Amino acid sequence: MLEIKNLSYRVENADIVNSVDLLVPDRSFMVITGPNGGGKTSLAKLVMGISTPTGGSIFWDGQDITALSVTQRARLGISYGFQQPPRFKGMKVRDLLEIAAGEHISHDKACSYLTKVGLCARDYIERDVDSSLSGGEVKRIEIATVLARRCKLMIFDEPEAGIDLWSFARLTETFQEIHDRKEASILIISHQERIIRLADEIVLLAGGKITAKGSVDEVYPQIVSDTVAGCNRLEVKGAC
Amino acid sequence: MLNDIQKRILEIVADMKDTGSGAVNIRSDGEKAFRRNTEHIVIESKTDKDGIDIRIAPGTKKEAVHIPVLLTKTGLQDMVYNDFYIGEDAEVDIIAGCGIHNCGEGHSQHDGVHTFYVGKNASVKYVEKHYGEGDGKRTLNPQTVVYLQEGATITLETTQIRGVDDTKRYTKVICEGENSEVIIRENLLTEGEQFAHSEMDVFLNAAGSRAQIISRSVAKDRSVQVFYPRAEGNSACFGHVQCDAIIMGGAKVRAIPEITCNHVDASLIHEAAIGRIAGEQILKLMTLGMDAEAAEQKILEGFLR
Repeated sequence: MLEIKNLSYRVENADIVNSVDLLVPDRSFMVITGPNGGGKTSLAKLVMGISTPTGGSIFWDGQDITALSVTQRARLGISYGFQQPPRFKGMKVRDLLEIAAGEHISHDKACSYLTKVGLCARDYIERDVDSSLSGGEVKRIEIATVLARRCKLMIFDEPEAGIDLWSFARLTETFQEIHDRKEASILIISHQERIIRLADEIVLLAGGKITAKGSVDEVYPQIVSDTVAGCNRLEVKGAC
Repeated sequence: MLNDIQKRILEIVADMKDTGSGAVNIRSDGEKAFRRNTEHIVIESKTDKDGIDIRIAPGTKKEAVHIPVLLTKTGLQDMVYNDFYIGEDAEVDIIAGCGIHNCGEGHSQHDGVHTFYVGKNASVKYVEKHYGEGDGKRTLNPQTVVYLQEGATITLETTQIRGVDDTKRYTKVICEGENSEVIIRENLLTEGEQFAHSEMDVFLNAAGSRAQIISRSVAKDRSVQVFYPRAEGNSACFGHVQCDAIIMGGAKVRAIPEITCNHVDASLIHEAAIGRIAGEQILKLMTLGMDAEAAEQKILEGFLR
């Protein structure tokens, strides 16, 4: 179980994450959504240890991990899919999957991870993860590395970004399968209705604070009513 | 016949277990240590200077020839001239590593001049690994010259693994036949106070000729590297020169890719990038459970593969 207690992240007098309390139960599916700049990615990075909080604490299975490094958290069973994953000159898809899995993996095993993100192992396994791959391909490989880790907590930062409709459909099936099999807790930052609707619980994060939390039926109507297209400034103040 | 040091270095530079199989010429401490010819590959010592002639019969398919050089005596200065005559339609792998074990105070040096005459539609893969160990200074200065006839292709894979204190490399390829092709992959690692200088000249003289030059290097500590790959298009041809370097510590890298088009249908591209390992790459591997040091090593291994 992941427990976030009074967590804050302040940069140059701006409260990016502001006293957040959150509980992610084992084998649950939680989606964090909200407007751009609301603190979603920052919160996910704090959990993974990529950023250091300015206040509060993070507990994982009862252990205070606030001061632990990224590596230590990864070894405790927390995995993380980057919104914009890096590319590696000379490193192959197979290399990344094997590092993630922590062992040599067979072609069939590699195939199973890649198929779950809509890629064919035969076409990709020996390819370098460099600029010869499109953004969507790199993103799907990134997600496959998280799947290969088989961690108790999987964090994905906007997994849908840059992915085509067909692959996205396959990806949502994969998330659903993991959840149905109760293989892991899934924490996803997303703006996609299709992913949001898979969640047990939705968290709305805006201005660094949790402004709503609950089931899809409770929170989604509020999100829809809050996101009428237009210019807030024009509507509120009458001028841009 | 071969001692343990020689066997170990052979495995590092030429992936050979003992004397291996197929055509082989092992040169050790300035002398022929072992030779084996095959039906299609004949190796003969030169009579006018140090070195060998390697003749690969036309039509030879899927054979390999290993010609490693070992230096295990401190202070030895070795200079050889090796000429390769590759017959038409032959397909061959040539493995030519050089390893120096210098445990004395002398300066060990091997200078090799390799010249390839690649016949019509022949295909050659040339693999060269350089390695050094011990306290004494180790220098390797390879020169490679290639002449490609019509439809001939050569892939030059050269790697400086580690332990070479000083190197001055020169590679010259002349695509004189139509539709000939050269691929050069040069991987280089320097550390400590080591120095590496690599120059290349590729002349694309015939219609349809192609060149791809990929240089990858890692410079650590206070080492210095200089790259000067040049491609010249004198016909309807295509060439791509790419220099990538990772710089660490107090190292210095200078890359000067140069392209010259002397024909309206010549198409040449060059690109060069030098920089430290991207922090996001290390971070990504840390999220997969590696510590920062292991992540850095993994990134460098991949980069120099």
